[in-house]
Amino acid sequence: MNTEIIIALALITPLIGAIGIFLSANTPNLRETITLLSAAVLFTFVCFLLHQTSNGQNASFRLFEVIPNLMIAFDIEPLGMLFAAIASGLWIINSLYSIGYMRGNQEENQTRFYICFAIAISSSMGIAFAGNMFTLFIFYEILTLSTYPLVTHKGTPEAKAGGRRYLGLLIGTSIGFQLIAIIWTWFLTGTLDFTPGGILSGKIEPTILPFLLALYMFGIGKAALMPFHSWLPAAMVAPTPVSALLHAVAVVKAGAFTVLKVVVYIFGIEFLSSTGASTWLIWAASFTLLASSLIALSKDNLKARLAYSTVSQLSYIVLAAALATKLSILGAGLHIVTHALGKITLFMCAGAIYVATHKTEISDMDGLGRVMPFTFIAFAIGAFSIIGLPPFAGIWSKWYMALGAANLELFMVIAVYMISSLLNVGYLMPVVARAFFKPLPQQLQASGSKSLSEAPLLCVIPLCITALGCFVLFFFANEVIDLLRPIVN
Amino acid sequence: MLAAILDHYNYWLIIFLMMIGLYIVVSRGNLIKKIVGLNIFQTSVFLLYITIGKVNYGTAPILTGQPETFSNPLPHVLILTAIVVGIATTALGLALVVRIRESYGTIEDEEIAVSEQFQAESEVNQISS
Amino acid sequence: MTNWLHHIPILIVAVPLISAPICVLFTFGANRKAAWLWTLLVSWFAFLCSIYLLNYVLENGQISYHLGSWKPPLGIEYRIDVINAFVLLLVSGISAIAVPFGRLVVDREIEPDRQILFYTTYLLCLTGLLGVTITGDAFNIFVFLEISSLSSYVLIAMGVRSDRRALTAAYNYLILGTIGATFFVIGLGFLYMVTGTLNIMDLSDRVTHLADNKAVHAGYAFIIIGLALKMALFPMHVWLPNSYTYAPSLISIFLAATATKVSIYVLLRFLFTVFGVSFDFIPLTLIFIFLPLAIIAIFFGSIGAIFQTNIKRLFAYSSVAQIGYIAIGIALSNTIGLTAAILHIFNHALIKGALFMAAGCLVYRVGKLTTDSIRGLGKEMPWTFSALVLAGLSLIGIPTTVGFISKWYLILGIMENGWWPLIPLIVMGSLLAVVYMWKIIEAAYFFQAPQDRVPVKEVPLELLIPLWILIGCNFYFGIQADITIGISNEAATSLLDHSP
Repeated sequence: MNTEIIIALALITPLIGAIGIFLSANTPNLRETITLLSAAVLFTFVCFLLHQTSNGQNASFRLFEVIPNLMIAFDIEPLGMLFAAIASGLWIINSLYSIGYMRGNQEENQTRFYICFAIAISSSMGIAFAGNMFTLFIFYEILTLSTYPLVTHKGTPEAKAGGRRYLGLLIGTSIGFQLIAIIWTWFLTGTLDFTPGGILSGKIEPTILPFLLALYMFGIGKAALMPFHSWLPAAMVAPTPVSALLHAVAVVKAGAFTVLKVVVYIFGIEFLSSTGASTWLIWAASFTLLASSLIALSKDNLKARLAYSTVSQLSYIVLAAALATKLSILGAGLHIVTHALGKITLFMCAGAIYVATHKTEISDMDGLGRVMPFTFIAFAIGAFSIIGLPPFAGIWSKWYMALGAANLELFMVIAVYMISSLLNVGYLMPVVARAFFKPLPQQLQASGSKSLSEAPLLCVIPLCITALGCFVLFFFANEVIDLLRPIVN
Repeated sequence: MLAAILDHYNYWLIIFLMMIGLYIVVSRGNLIKKIVGLNIFQTSVFLLYITIGKVNYGTAPILTGQPETFSNPLPHVLILTAIVVGIATTALGLALVVRIRESYGTIEDEEIAVSEQFQAESEVNQISS
Repeated sequence: MTNWLHHIPILIVAVPLISAPICVLFTFGANRKAAWLWTLLVSWFAFLCSIYLLNYVLENGQISYHLGSWKPPLGIEYRIDVINAFVLLLVSGISAIAVPFGRLVVDREIEPDRQILFYTTYLLCLTGLLGVTITGDAFNIFVFLEISSLSSYVLIAMGVRSDRRALTAAYNYLILGTIGATFFVIGLGFLYMVTGTLNIMDLSDRVTHLADNKAVHAGYAFIIIGLALKMALFPMHVWLPNSYTYAPSLISIFLAATATKVSIYVLLRFLFTVFGVSFDFIPLTLIFIFLPLAIIAIFFGSIGAIFQTNIKRLFAYSSVAQIGYIAIGIALSNTIGLTAAILHIFNHALIKGALFMAAGCLVYRVGKLTTDSIRGLGKEMPWTFSALVLAGLSLIGIPTTVGFISKWYLILGIMENGWWPLIPLIVMGSLLAVVYMWKIIEAAYFFQAPQDRVPVKEVPLELLIPLWILIGCNFYFGIQADITIGISNEAATSLLDHSP
């Protein structure tokens, strides 16, 4: 079949799903079936495209001209395919989880929830396949807007306040900085196409290059570089499936992915490293990385801790992009995948704990590991992967990123990676330790541990799958690196 | 210097009228007086047009076959239109004043403002109560 | 080509003009619906004519139509090039979409025995706006400007259900509008004194050699101030918020989308066609007067909007800000900046038209328009509010909407001139738009409706269809922007080229 058509179909499938969900609002079972079905269909398409890309085939799909010489265009290339694959693949698993979670919690407005979810996935696909910065920006904004109703899903004052901050920071940075950067690039070069080797080389004074880079990096608010990170913790008021798929995978990875795209295809690695424009970014990202890990240590709310952990993990990717070496870029690409798998596992565990026990604070989770063994084992695996312990996938991405730093002989950066891994241990392991090694509190024991048990099956199975994924990917990381290699050559 | 001023006495007159008119519009709180001011202001402009059309020793532009100096008729014709517009404006303005007086019971700027303020506040209270 | 097509330039003005007194005849028999239908037909006729004219101009270059076959500069000339064909399309297009929307809201807001006269006056207003746009004669501009202004004073004074505040709003507008128009005439008088012509093309030719003439300077200053008053550039905007707030919904939609835009068009004509940037006082005014005022307008309007509790008033303040954006585009006076200004004239009309239409829907169902009275209505009137949200996004400038395209070009134009410090100001302006739009959205979606309120139904389809057509336009011209950009660009180029 024609590759272009598949690209179009991959973009449209979630939207058709959204319409189906809307029409079947009154029959929940049919509605959820449609969600799952469109997730499965989407994943099939993406797999097909992934297969094409790994065979070295390229395809592009141009929709129409918006502004003279500026098209809405879609391309497939390895990095985007990787992001698309991870987002669409985890959508299936997350949909299963959502069903368990949303029904388990008897949430309201479930139809709106599933519709917005499908639109968010569709815009993630748009970001993944975007052939130029303009298209990417459009879908970036749609992603922000379509996730706003998800963040404010509960409609409580906290949800409203969180939503305000979410929207304010994401829209503010994207219009305030990113759009300016894009128009500036367009003004300088007359093109916004993602071109291997970058488009800016020779078009801009090296002295103002750091400034343009800053507009991009802070403008991509979804990458949560400090001081524009606080939308991510604020977004944790959303139901957990949203936090899991969107705020550990789709939205934040869209940010990290955009950072990589900009560095690789707009600036160009060589241009960036030869001008040294990204030196400041190395320090900014290192700071974010360590600072947010430290904040994570201080949080008792599990989701808040995970959110700050995400902020710090995103900075790994930004830091790797700032290093602008081949190895670090490869590592950053791989980290999108490994962190996605690890973090979604952790979030789904947090959700499962909430569904089963309605506990959100880590200090309340003593001894829960005994009543919810599967959940907490999965949590441990996710945590190991994020810390970077073998045999879980997380180690490879850190390995490559650290190698990139070593190539540049930036030992400070390696030290930063090391320290942050230690901090990861510091804020993730206590959760596991408490759950397994501390006894259940007295009052819970008194009421009998029968009232406490694992979350519904639909909550537990998905998180086991992703935990397994962390393990399996350890052995297949090289495949991913091979897939990504063309982008740096 | 003085001659220059006197030669253009019509302009000075016009400027004088214009300023009086504008001043009344700005300074008076009475709605009728404002319209009076507006009228004076507009009239000064009519005069401006009429005087610029006038040529010294010129007569009415009627072709008699003899070489004569004519005044320029065009500004006069234009200002006929402007006068019509001015009358329409005045009429409409006065009509509005009548209606304002019917519903507010006053035609003083400040009293109307107070009354509107009161109305706005009562609307807000009505909703919140 | 049949012969009568030649006469479309006059027909587009004459038909609405003649149809107005005919419309009065419907008072015999008190046939309100017929009056509405008549207005609708006339609007659509004007719309078709303007489409034809724009097409013709784009293909064959400008049209010069001589009234009564008197040759210009003696006779009155109707001169149509790309820019005024575009504005004509805008005015008649908004009318063509607003009038179908109007029947129900007018029925709701205006007393039955006044409705026919209402439509009559509306037709006169339409005539005026079309006339201002199409004519190539400066005094004619004044006459049509006053026709449209006088009729809009009347229309505003009718008010929503005879709200008495509409009367004072109309009165204030009348005073300021008349001062503005009179300033314009004074300016014309000065120009006429030294050039002896009122035809715009002729004026432009003759004024070329008079760059140092004091009378030309004075005339220029009067004209600019008069037009700035009519277009509501800060600080001459004071008439605007109340007028738009208390006017009947149909009039708010129509005037907000077109009236100030037409004045901006006239301003462009005088700035660039009659004078042109080669006169050194033009760049001076643009940079030292227009630019600062425009920036203040953006902030004053946006911040003012944030503090409003009445939704129509909020939109009105936002209009003040948006006029600031257009003025910045004009002040840039490069091709891209002017393109942005002309684009935004069109795009903002689409946005504000849609927003005021949504407000009209709310008036129709709820009556009161404070942010408190719409609490929790998001669920009860889903279509109205989703339209409001989408139009709001367009106002903010989210990609794929028209607002985005305008902003893109505006920023590009600023970069072209290298006025970098302006960029953060523009950006802050659009972020303020997020704040005031979100105020409405949060009120509609996040607050619970008061317990004692009777359930509100969605408005009928007759109101929703025009609203959603406008929303559709907001997105269509945001995605397929090359059409509007092409036209605006051509218009901007012709304006700048024409500068002597």
